[in-house]
Amino acid sequence: MTVKVLYFASFREKTGRDEERRQVADGARVGDVWAALVREVPHFAAFLKMPPAAVNLEYAGPDRLLREGDELAFLPPVAGG
Amino acid sequence: MHLTHEPIDAAALLARARSSDGGVCVFVGVVRDENEGRSTTGIEYEAYGSMAEAEIGRLLAALAQTWPQVRVEIVHRLGRLAIGDASVAVLATAPHRAEAFAACREAIDRLKTTVPIWKKEFYRDGSSDWVDPTRAARH
Repeated sequence: MTVKVLYFASFREKTGRDEERRQVADGARVGDVWAALVREVPHFAAFLKMPPAAVNLEYAGPDRLLREGDELAFLPPVAGG
Repeated sequence: MHLTHEPIDAAALLARARSSDGGVCVFVGVVRDENEGRSTTGIEYEAYGSMAEAEIGRLLAALAQTWPQVRVEIVHRLGRLAIGDASVAVLATAPHRAEAFAACREAIDRLKTTVPIWKKEFYRDGSSDWVDPTRAARH
């Protein structure tokens, strides 16, 4: 199945993209996508743990099951205000 | 509706208090000229817009649960801001001041930790960097 992955701020600059469609296995969870990104993206390889993530505009943990068409984002430390 | 690229008009926000409100509390966050000892010239704000709107909506709903008599409004500006520009405004109105102060404080504190907005600081030496509050907290 396919999910949309979004990148913002420092993650957008480090990956050089603001969004991509990724093929993931049926039954894949948020943490599985993060594990794949850690292998692919040098900037993420240094992370000791998964950053906050969101699925369909709500915070979601690594165990959250993904569905076809979900919008997934890994979020750099937020700094509004 | 909570995010804007236009300058924030705090006076217009203040004018929205109701006649039943005895306490009106406004917090305005402003871009300052230094951070952690470095001279800054401005800030660029970026948001995950659709999620930020949803997250502010959830934040307002939670505040309404805690303080049913308080009405809170939040406006956050995005894009390139200069020193002195307002980046965020929170209005909390209530029959009495205690709840207005408390809800206003809670609103800005939670916004800073949960709403997906990021800021890149521009320094006087020409460099720039994304602000990471979790890094500052570890110092």
